[in-house]
Amino acid sequence: MHTVSSPYLHKPASIAGVMREVCLALLPGIFVYTAFVGAALFAQIAIASVTALAAEALFLKTRGNPVRPFLTDGSALVTAWLIALAFPPLSPWWLTVTGVLLAIVIAKHLYGGLGQNPFNPAMVAFAGCIVAFPALMAQWPAQGIAAPFGEQMRIILCLSPRMDALAGATPLSVIKASGAGDLYTDVREILVRQNLYGTFAGKGWEWVASAYLLGGLYLLYRRVITWHVPVAFLFGMAFVSLLFWRHDPMHYADPVFQLFSGGSMLGAFFIATDPVTGCTTPRGKLIFGCGAGVLAYLIRVFGAFPDGIGFAVLIMNLWAPMLDRFAQPPTFGERGGRV
Amino acid sequence: MPQVSFKFHGGLKLPAHKDISSGASIRPVLVTAGQRLVIPLSQSAGAPARAIVAAGDHVRKGQKIGAADGRISAAVHASTSGRVLAVEERRMPHPSGLSGLAVEIEADGEDLWIDHAPVDYRGLSLEDACLALQEAGVVGMGGAVFPSHAKVPQRHAVTTLIVNGAECEPYITCDDRLMRERAGEIVAGVRILRDLLKAETVLIGIEDNKPEAIAAMRVAVAETGEGEIACRVVSVPALYPAGSMKQLIRVLTGHEIPVGKLPTELGVQCFNVATAYSVARVFLRGEPVVRRIVTLTGGVAMPGNWEVPIGMPVDQLLALAQPVDALSGVVMGGPMMGFEVPALDVPVVKASNCLIARVPGTFPERMPEMPCIRCGACARACPQDLQPFELYWWSRARQFERAERYRIASCIECGCCAYVCPAHIPLVQYFRFAKGEIRTRDQERKMAETARERFEFKQFREMREKAEKAERLARAAAAQAQKAAVADVSGGAPENEADTRKAVIAAALERARKQARNAGSRQE
Ligand code: SF4
Ligand code: SF4
Repeated sequence: MHTVSSPYLHKPASIAGVMREVCLALLPGIFVYTAFVGAALFAQIAIASVTALAAEALFLKTRGNPVRPFLTDGSALVTAWLIALAFPPLSPWWLTVTGVLLAIVIAKHLYGGLGQNPFNPAMVAFAGCIVAFPALMAQWPAQGIAAPFGEQMRIILCLSPRMDALAGATPLSVIKASGAGDLYTDVREILVRQNLYGTFAGKGWEWVASAYLLGGLYLLYRRVITWHVPVAFLFGMAFVSLLFWRHDPMHYADPVFQLFSGGSMLGAFFIATDPVTGCTTPRGKLIFGCGAGVLAYLIRVFGAFPDGIGFAVLIMNLWAPMLDRFAQPPTFGERGGRV
Repeated sequence: MPQVSFKFHGGLKLPAHKDISSGASIRPVLVTAGQRLVIPLSQSAGAPARAIVAAGDHVRKGQKIGAADGRISAAVHASTSGRVLAVEERRMPHPSGLSGLAVEIEADGEDLWIDHAPVDYRGLSLEDACLALQEAGVVGMGGAVFPSHAKVPQRHAVTTLIVNGAECEPYITCDDRLMRERAGEIVAGVRILRDLLKAETVLIGIEDNKPEAIAAMRVAVAETGEGEIACRVVSVPALYPAGSMKQLIRVLTGHEIPVGKLPTELGVQCFNVATAYSVARVFLRGEPVVRRIVTLTGGVAMPGNWEVPIGMPVDQLLALAQPVDALSGVVMGGPMMGFEVPALDVPVVKASNCLIARVPGTFPERMPEMPCIRCGACARACPQDLQPFELYWWSRARQFERAERYRIASCIECGCCAYVCPAHIPLVQYFRFAKGEIRTRDQERKMAETARERFEFKQFREMREKAEKAERLARAAAAQAQKAAVADVSGGAPENEADTRKAVIAAALERARKQARNAGSRQE
């Protein structure tokens, strides 16, 4: 097609390119996570991806959108991968499928499709499923006994009974379940005693989180995201956790533990940075990120759910348009005089 | 070496594509007998010139054919000698494809100048010097074509004269070549402008991707004996759009021209190098603007820079550069802010700095437009610190007031936002549309306003006339009554009858006054 008016030049950039970078940045996390929980994760990613693409194609067609450019934009794939990473790795297949359908159909297409959805689709799926199936969404594999792939697949496909070993504890859930320590044992002691403490945070999880951090740094380096949201998110979470920890180290985990547990890193770099549902102005992004970090901590520690990232991001999504409106930066010639 | 310490937000490092034509020195385009030039009368950003020749007239090169019409307007001249064939509407080199009045001249091939001689501007008053510029048709040759004389401020003092040699758009090399080859005359023009403006400092900004031009300009400045302080050639980092007036002023001085203000209000004024060159030609040789340097580039076998008589049709000019066949269009101006000419026979005008012959592969294919994902890439690229995605959103929704609140009026249509948008949204196209709609709306409002005012004035006048008439009638009636009364008195009428007359007079006066008052109150 002929470009009809200037500019006639265009950077070789595309939405598909952006999404490709995001997927690429998720790979280190995926590999470390797989090494930790087993190859079942790949199966979950595959199930989620196929479901997402099928649902996307179907809805594009029914809504009368051109299927090809939208199906290949990669946005559905990113949503699918985030769901696979946020859900317990041995979730039954139908749970993953339900989550993806929730995300693609309800959270995305019912709101008008790409670019129109006010809520992060992957987090809508997470929140929806955790409310509807709280038990299943809390079944994390027990530490260090990644079952053989065949066995894992049978669990996912619901061919084997869900083993007791599945009701494994994550470092976060242990702290929560134990009501934290008593007067003499701090939370770290509890984790160490249960062999759930690694080098500087939850055993295993700390490396998954580090791999996400690495991927996030790649996104920053490639300028797919800006520093504002992740820095503000991590700062917000570190700041509140520092307050509580300093106040009462027996009952509250230290900031490093919090930052490298659960979905903190994934949330900071991959979820809260979603441009469609987040803020776009620099100041808006700072408030958005900070708010999400603080809320995630509060929900994680004081809420009814194992982790707080999903709800925190959804709550901030609600405020994002308003934050942006108030955080408008001054335009050229509005700062006045010599700057 | 003078360093630049100020930056502007956003901007782009673009592939320059300048080496296609930057190596070719300026060559004159000769006009042959029988060749037809079409010289538009509207070649400035102000009012079109008034034609002062008619079909059949013989004109010489440099002869005025269009007189400036008002203060913001500039004269237009014949760019060769020959016979006027017609003064009529022709298609203009404008994206709208609209037509405008133009003078068509059939060249006699002699290219004979009118008598002309240098003018010593130092012997002229400021007004006369400005008049000379207007009469010589000097306008901003960087593309904005604002009449130069109108940029010499009457009220504000200018302390800093900025000379724009940035030439930040890809492909264009006409200013580069002009600076390399005719730096002396440019600097002479700069001196004249400095003297007219009584500026203390002169900063000549040139992008650092033109080292030869920078060197040549430095030599020329040194030769005129202007000290490094009074006139400095500053190497500016090549970052599009560093050549945009506001951005260049910011880079060179640190001043950010406030929204809605003119540079002169901050004591700064800006002229393009080619404009300075034209100014030098006017005073040092007595030559009005009859030609300009045009870069011919893109899909051509012989790219280069040509000194072209104004009015030369685009296709005839491009033939010199030997386009590789199958042109899919010609872009006038640069690839970021230029436009595709509506027809190949439109003429070269004072604004035409570059012609890019477009063949398949010259520019990337247009990609399908996707929805905005609010990634903010456009905002990070915008040199005016706008939020293009908001402007896009409200323009598309036809909510122009919201777009105005996001300062769509500040958009300089540089195209940075559209260049980076991963959704391939033709953002600038939306902004042009919205600005057009806003302009129309404002015009309509203004027209309605004037119409209302006119109507009200008419009403007021009618009222006033009515009131005046009533007053006149009342006075006449009163006079008559008085006369009758006097007659009666003289006729020895009884006392009480005289009283009745008086009462009648009083009543008539009162009536008249009341009428006048009513008319008056209705006016308000
Ligand atoms: S660059 Fe394009 S997709 Fe990104 S925010 Fe701007 S308009 Fe939207
Ligand atoms: S075209 Fe307008 S909105 Fe886009 S980058 Fe340039 S000034 Fe900003």
